[in-house]
Amino acid sequence: MTTATGTPAVTGAVGTAHTRVEGLAKVTGAARYAGEIPFAEMAHGWLVLSTIARGRISAIEEDAVLAMPGVLKVLHHGNAPRVDTDYTGLLGRPDPTIAVFQNDRVPYLGWPVALVVAETSEQAREAAEALVVRYEEEPHDVVFAAGRPGTYTPDGSAAQKGDVEAELAASEFVVDAEYTTPEEHHTMLEPHAAMARWEDGRLEVVDSNQSTMWVAGELANLFSLDPSSVRVRSEHVGGGFGSKGVRVHQVCAVMATTAIHRPVRVVLTRRQMFSLTGYRSPTAQRVRLGADPDGRLRAFAHESQNLTSTVHEFVEPSATVGRVMYDADAHHTVNRVVRLDVPTPTFMRAPGEAPGSFAMECALDELAEQAGIDPIALRVRNEPDVGPLSGLPFSSRNVLSCFEEGARRFGWADRDPRPGVRRDGRWLLGTGMAAAAFPSNALPSTASVTAEADGTFTVRINAADIGTGARTAITQIAADALRVSPGRVRTRIADSDFGPAGIAGGSMGTRSWGWAVTVAADELRERLALGGTVPPEGITVRSDTTEAVGALAKKERHSFGAQFAEVAVDVATGEVRVRRMLGIFAAGRIINPLTARSQLVGGMIWGLSMALHEEAVRDAASGGHVSPDLAGYHFAANADVPVIEADWVDDEDPDDPVGIKGVGEIGIVGAAAAIANAVWHATGVRHRHLPIRPDRVIVAGTGTGSATDAVTSDVAG
Amino acid sequence: MPPSTSSAITLNINGEKYTLPVDHRTTLLDALRERLDLTGTKKGCDQGQCGACTVLLDGRRAVSCLQLAVAAEGREITTIEGVADGDELHPVQQAFLDLDGYQCGYCTPGQICSALGVIQEHAAGWPSAVTDDVRPEAGPPPLTADEIRERMSGNLCRCGAYVSIVQAVARAAEAEAETAADDARTGTEAAI
Repeated sequence: MTTATGTPAVTGAVGTAHTRVEGLAKVTGAARYAGEIPFAEMAHGWLVLSTIARGRISAIEEDAVLAMPGVLKVLHHGNAPRVDTDYTGLLGRPDPTIAVFQNDRVPYLGWPVALVVAETSEQAREAAEALVVRYEEEPHDVVFAAGRPGTYTPDGSAAQKGDVEAELAASEFVVDAEYTTPEEHHTMLEPHAAMARWEDGRLEVVDSNQSTMWVAGELANLFSLDPSSVRVRSEHVGGGFGSKGVRVHQVCAVMATTAIHRPVRVVLTRRQMFSLTGYRSPTAQRVRLGADPDGRLRAFAHESQNLTSTVHEFVEPSATVGRVMYDADAHHTVNRVVRLDVPTPTFMRAPGEAPGSFAMECALDELAEQAGIDPIALRVRNEPDVGPLSGLPFSSRNVLSCFEEGARRFGWADRDPRPGVRRDGRWLLGTGMAAAAFPSNALPSTASVTAEADGTFTVRINAADIGTGARTAITQIAADALRVSPGRVRTRIADSDFGPAGIAGGSMGTRSWGWAVTVAADELRERLALGGTVPPEGITVRSDTTEAVGALAKKERHSFGAQFAEVAVDVATGEVRVRRMLGIFAAGRIINPLTARSQLVGGMIWGLSMALHEEAVRDAASGGHVSPDLAGYHFAANADVPVIEADWVDDEDPDDPVGIKGVGEIGIVGAAAAIANAVWHATGVRHRHLPIRPDRVIVAGTGTGSATDAVTSDVAG
Repeated sequence: MPPSTSSAITLNINGEKYTLPVDHRTTLLDALRERLDLTGTKKGCDQGQCGACTVLLDGRRAVSCLQLAVAAEGREITTIEGVADGDELHPVQQAFLDLDGYQCGYCTPGQICSALGVIQEHAAGWPSAVTDDVRPEAGPPPLTADEIRERMSGNLCRCGAYVSIVQAVARAAEAEAETAADDARTGTEAAI
């Protein structure tokens, strides 16, 4: 037992670089991820996926497989437990395709039709591959194209003011361009994995996810369980990026453990992940800008279309980012959707903003070119004082500081605006920039902080550290609130028994959790200041920010940034190399400069990867992907990535107890546009279709047109 | 009687011998993870495309998902669990920790094992695809950032930690080179 007072107060953890508190475990291999925790008597489940894109299952020939060594069970629509999808969960209505084995319908290629459970993973895999499934195939349609039949406008997905056509007609300069982005996948390195078992009347799931509360809630709803009887843990998560919510692996594991009364682990294979874990929809976008002679926008119109599955609507809100970024006399933005025989897309790092900023920020660059105005000056000229559509004040909007600091450090002032005039051997050189914005929100959370009898403190909060550094940031925030060194604070996360807390998504994690931890730690510190001793069981204070978060004044709350890129293009080989990138962000108070920089740079690398590499190709004939693996789906490797710098300007959020805004997604926003704009500056060709592949550069570079957009080509002499 | 589909094998891992019966289909990766509880070696793709399962086989880098466990018998296997010297981190591990050469950590054991291989291969004079002068008499090229990027490209990192991974490998390589130089000096002095 120790006295609670008498130690000198320590602050300053927040804002100081701290290596990750779980770093030692990660560099020694001691950190265990979901598929790595042993359980006695555990069986292994292996999924069997549909080989048709649409139709019905006519037969599952399980008898032969059940006779194979080690096989314990074959789950399918004929024998699986029933689940209920008629509910509204944390993020709305569930995607019905998570309810596997409920009927004989096949909604897309690569959908689970059976789960083989066996003693070992080798036995389960062999049996799964041997299982004969017969189908009645129906014609499918997976081809996405701009304006194709069936495209509709979901309720509430359009926003407008003024008369766009009239303002365009009155404009001195008009840009009207179409942009496309391909299907992209999260491809985090750790495949989705879950172990489920029944223990003392409770369902226990060890999983890899972005919120144990979210997954526990969905499982309770699906299996009609009392929420308190479901416990989900997720200690280490090997990347999420929006994909690690409720997925079929958890549902299958729960069904299997219920059927065989043993712990069951289901791990998805890399190939299975391409059809089962969500993805970013391809987009077809049209941006129309009309401006006065001085570059002031009279008209801003952004239309975007994405695809979704036949059974669930997911809108990739690419046209939404302009509602924050630029004002115009007439402003029209709309997101449209078309239903196809494909899996349902989902949130992927900066959903909407990532593809939307590519189109919007490239269109701004095209306007700057037409009007003969510097791209930064054009943006400065169109900087709004209040939310362009909402009329609400910004909590803070320091994008101009980002332009200024970025331009200074990048050397923008010396830039010759003419395209296609710089050469370095076989390379044409160019630079480009783009602006970035991403919402800054908070979700209600609960936390508890305990003063232990040995003088240490334990924070418990149902956060998830998916590589963000959340565990470390929470430790720093708690340490400052308690006025002790971070070494005295132990942070425990990712256990649904800790109570509700926000998800690791939407760049909301650290802000939401930091708030709850601060409230509890503040109160604990005040209580300890009264003196007395800490009893053996410690002193625990709990917090709940529901009321405080709900009481936030309505404002436009966003992070902002400025992206700069320099590229080298060889128009003979079609190769595009990014030589350097710089991102300056106004993203609230930075808790841990070491890990925040990693996140921002990581986001920028996603932007580079999106600009040049990533593209999942769907085969119209089969309805499935061409080469769904990490060779067929290339994302940036080490040799693709140059020196990339990220930094920030002062931008504390005055309404957040810690001043946080969030850094998880802003790094990708605008990055692909900065690179595409640099490619134009290097070559004089506008590339409006991602990725900027060698074949597109070669075709454009020979003067036959701007990639696949020959009509509006603009090839430098 | 049909031929047996399993065998008892002995694996030499991190200096220790492990004897176990394995299904002949078992990869070295699955033997490590599922049978020996050495889960530090990660499974990112199981197809030899991501590098997360990189281990050292007789000191050389190998993706353990493309290696059958039965074929690894008799070889010296080093996994991430065997990289540190007791409680003292290897300079590569320390550099990854200090410079934040990771985020989610799932590719990290493979990156670290790969970095160990890179530093050795480079010291042994192996050229890479970006080495300008590949004549044997040219000796090891400077271990520039471009050399490190090229040599580490078999290890994918989706979080995008490449910039600090390159810094970490460079720092660790420098530390190792200094240690080697010190050892050489001490050796020379001792000889005198």
